[in-house]
Amino acid sequence: MTAPARAAEDAARASYGKLVAMLAARSGDIAAAEDALADAFVQALRTWPARGIPDRPEAWLLTTARNRATDSARRDRRITFTEEVPEMPTTDHLSFPDHRLKLMFVCAHPAIEEGLRTPLILQTVLGVQAADIARVFNVAPSAMAQRLVRVKRKIKDTRIPFVLPGDPDIASRRDALLNAVYAAYAVDWQEGTGDLSHEAHYLATLLADLMPDNAETLGLAALITFIEARRGANLRAGLYVPLPEQDPDLWNTGLIDRAALFLTRASALGAPGRFQLEAAIQAVHAERHVTGVTNWRALSQLYAGLMQAHPSLGAAVGRAAAVGEDAGPAAALALLDLIEPDAVKAFQPYWATRAHLLAAYNPQSAADAYTRAIDLSTYAPATRWLEARRAALAPRLS
Amino acid sequence: MRYTFLLYSDPADTAQMTQDDWVQMKAVYGQYIGALQEAGIFVDTDWLHPADTATTLSLKDGEKSVQDGPVAETRETLGGYFVIDVPDLDVALKWAEQCPAAQMGKVEIRASAMDSL
Repeated sequence: MTAPARAAEDAARASYGKLVAMLAARSGDIAAAEDALADAFVQALRTWPARGIPDRPEAWLLTTARNRATDSARRDRRITFTEEVPEMPTTDHLSFPDHRLKLMFVCAHPAIEEGLRTPLILQTVLGVQAADIARVFNVAPSAMAQRLVRVKRKIKDTRIPFVLPGDPDIASRRDALLNAVYAAYAVDWQEGTGDLSHEAHYLATLLADLMPDNAETLGLAALITFIEARRGANLRAGLYVPLPEQDPDLWNTGLIDRAALFLTRASALGAPGRFQLEAAIQAVHAERHVTGVTNWRALSQLYAGLMQAHPSLGAAVGRAAAVGEDAGPAAALALLDLIEPDAVKAFQPYWATRAHLLAAYNPQSAADAYTRAIDLSTYAPATRWLEARRAALAPRLS
Repeated sequence: MRYTFLLYSDPADTAQMTQDDWVQMKAVYGQYIGALQEAGIFVDTDWLHPADTATTLSLKDGEKSVQDGPVAETRETLGGYFVIDVPDLDVALKWAEQCPAAQMGKVEIRASAMDSL
């Protein structure tokens, strides 16, 4: 890739949501903002190689997109203007986070169908493609694209305002925001390029700054920061390294400390919730950095609490894995057997966990479970790790 | 932008109302209209005869049909409307919350499409 192309792409990744937010804040038209921005990127790829990369690519893109939007607005009104008055934004404007937050709150507006709020945030604020969103939400890409187009039209036509909502409204829209940020993090952290998860991590801490009195907002910042702290330990020689086998010396202790601080502040508010529980689970894992051991009993109990308050497939499998280390594979397998079989057909962690639990005393069943996990794995380092595990069972197969 | 509130309610809920109840309801609506006027956003309102008195006309497919009754037979029927002029949906939602009809039934909020044509 050429340097200008790389610069355009970096600017796109780093500031897509910010630019869409700034463009749409004026018109209320998210689709038009996205179109104008897409044109600006095309323009950048055409002119930067010849003229060089501008000092502030983001500002250049914003101005170009704005001119573009003005042009098409004028075309729509069938009036021709010849004067162009470029408007150069200052760097301060670009770094000011509120535009993106406003856009996020628009996407989480109660007038928008609940199930579309997270996809909309993923697309407009974080620039995730409709096809990727469709994959995560398990719907047909064309259906997802259509629903997103429709909801953007509603925002424009009914004039949902681009403002930070007042206190009572912030509370009602917060869950959608937190879920979207976590979904964005999850979409990318393992299989993606890393840009989206960095962005999601940044947004989570930004939201914690904006709403320091909300326990779950702090809980999410803690959760993502704990996971982020392990980024450097997730891979070894191209193979995925599961959490219990990671080398704690490779963890980022600065991030662990920050995560712990978020969680402490959250707990002090006395309003427990899903993200705080999940962050507490990560905190127990992180303690291994200091103590050298994992407190599986504590993890079993936290997962039991999570299952009671906020049951999910991931929590059920995580609980079985923790119980397996604490009380042995029989108790853990009994827990796995309680899960609805249809629900786990395509859930890779279930099969990987089941295989691991069976490995000690039923190598053939374990190998079969590894095979199912391998078939479901879409992440090459994880696939290779599962294959290595299965291969290790070979000598014990009859 | 103009927003129209379509006031829907179940006629069964008002079937048992006494004369006094009606007087009181009219007063409540009067106050609401007064509040809209004071805020300078009032455009229009009306209170409609029951849906079973409706007559529906269509010239679709070139054929005139006149039918007794409303467009859709539903439990909740359109009983009246308000038109207000406010900057955005959040303001419209706040006023819809004040609307007495929200207590009894539902208020559907529709933005005017005239502006965007």
